[in-house]
Amino acid sequence: MNTAPILDVQDLGRRFGDFHAVRNVTFQVPQGEIFGYLGANGAGKSTTIRILCGLLAPSSGRALVLGRDVGREPEAVKRGIGYMSQRFSLYPDLTVAENLDFFGGAYGLAGRTLRTRIDDGLAEVGLVPFRNRLTATLPGGIQQRVALANALVHQPRLLFLDEPTAGVDPAARRQFLDIVRRRVRQGTTVFLTTHYLDEAEYCRRVGLMVQGRLVALGTPAELKARHAPGTVWAVTTGRTADLTAAFSSQPEVLAVQHFGAGLRVRTSLEPARFAAAVLRMDPNAGVEPADASLEDVFRALVAEDDR
Amino acid sequence: MPEPAVRMQDVHHRHGTVVSLRGLSLAVRPGELYGLVGPDAAGKTSALRLMAGVMAPASGTVRILGNDPLDAGSGVREALGYMPQRFSLYGDLSVGENLRFFADLFCLDRVTYRARRDRLLALTRLAPFLDRRADALSGGMYKKLALSVALLHEPKVLLLDEPTNGVDPVSRAELWDLLYEFAARDMAILVTTSYMDEAARCGRVGLLHQGAMLAEDTPTALVAGFQDTVLRIETDGGGPDATDALDPVLSDLGDAVVAVTPLGMGLRVVVRTAARDRATDRLTAAGCQVRQAPPGFEDLFLSRVAAAPHAMEVP
Repeated sequence: MNTAPILDVQDLGRRFGDFHAVRNVTFQVPQGEIFGYLGANGAGKSTTIRILCGLLAPSSGRALVLGRDVGREPEAVKRGIGYMSQRFSLYPDLTVAENLDFFGGAYGLAGRTLRTRIDDGLAEVGLVPFRNRLTATLPGGIQQRVALANALVHQPRLLFLDEPTAGVDPAARRQFLDIVRRRVRQGTTVFLTTHYLDEAEYCRRVGLMVQGRLVALGTPAELKARHAPGTVWAVTTGRTADLTAAFSSQPEVLAVQHFGAGLRVRTSLEPARFAAAVLRMDPNAGVEPADASLEDVFRALVAEDDR
Repeated sequence: MPEPAVRMQDVHHRHGTVVSLRGLSLAVRPGELYGLVGPDAAGKTSALRLMAGVMAPASGTVRILGNDPLDAGSGVREALGYMPQRFSLYGDLSVGENLRFFADLFCLDRVTYRARRDRLLALTRLAPFLDRRADALSGGMYKKLALSVALLHEPKVLLLDEPTNGVDPVSRAELWDLLYEFAARDMAILVTTSYMDEAARCGRVGLLHQGAMLAEDTPTALVAGFQDTVLRIETDGGGPDATDALDPVLSDLGDAVVAVTPLGMGLRVVVRTAARDRATDRLTAAGCQVRQAPPGFEDLFLSRVAAAPHAMEVP
């Protein structure tokens, strides 16, 4: 296996006039990883991706994509990567196979190689029975798999996925993830951006952008331990306002959030003491353990940045 | 029991040959934050449009505060706040100018407008951006402005179609905080989302699938009714192949495995509860750390689809 990182980003920066969209971003992604790149709207995520895809030149620093400097050789990089976004671009009045044929042709594939790739691609995403169907007539989940097959037809070693499963049927979403997982196990590297923190949980490592800077990088478990310490509880109560006010004066309560029929509370208190504190305030309250989420991490880091 | 603020009874609807709603019934009470949750094309937008009186159902009853939303003289329109998915603000007008424009449409007098504007700006934290053009707002801020516009006339019923779609997690959480505030003031709020995990944020949830209600209850009750077991499986580091070793174990478990998805350094596996101990033992013996995790709404949705009497094959 190749041990050089698939993505090697060093002090990457991009300015638009006086606005620093991306500042000194550094990270590596090894082969076969699903890497998640998260951030608020306008945090510099899209700018980074455009640079990594060879669509935008960096202002400073450098990015090696598949071993090539994307600032110098954007065309070589483009040929080696695949890209699929939530708003995928398919030709609705072409059939499934014709879409693949078109995208394969655009990547310079032709003849028997292209035909084989189309057949293999359709089999891989489970769409052989749909090959001659008009794309426009297919449900969203199927179209999404056609888009994935398009992005994979030239066998890219690096696949960019932008919020790939938002809005699709959960069953279709699981099938999609299964295809991605198989690809990753064959050595493809995935760079995933999303606002969907469920999707971020699939990632082996996650990087989080806030105002142009990469402020956190690690496995989801590491990030939760580092940036959202303590334990998270789901507190069911009819008195959310009273409890929120009471918690705000307790230093052991690290975060409180209104959530569903109650509160989500992150605290450094031991379970028994926390439960006792809640029941003192509302004897009818329910206290259930909850899992820390990447949203807790996200909120903590953005709040830090605001300070 | 007071009349629900929103009531749908056995509503059917179609767009041309495509059936969008198949006998949908639901009710939202004042002060309730109700989430209509389902994937794209489940019928969420059709349901909202019918409630907003933008179109008529093929059959069934739609009532807002007891009135037909299609009856313009009933005062329903005045009682409704509706935020469609693509809410058109004036891009070349500032935040303040947009608010002012819509206030004029609702015929708010100057004093009332000022007071409401200031309160909405404070709640949405948009006050510093009063002079910014709507076009120049981030996605989250734009949605908050659209929400403010829908709230200017202080509706009793608020209908929001995918307000959090495409909005970053922090702004999304802020939007939800706003909704809790308004629900606490006795507004009836119906919000749609295709983010399954947002179901947990609602007071009550309807899971919508192919135009029909798959399940409806509080999030806690829905999760409590989940029959299978979710296991989080962590492998000890290793390369991308670390989970390959688990394949034989998972295949051996056969039909007991409902779903496998990647999860950080490991896997998330849904198993039949009867096979939980066997799965845990086998996976632990294979060198993994296994722990039970709470089910998600996606797990719930799929198990309900599978159990539905006329479950349609999702291609």
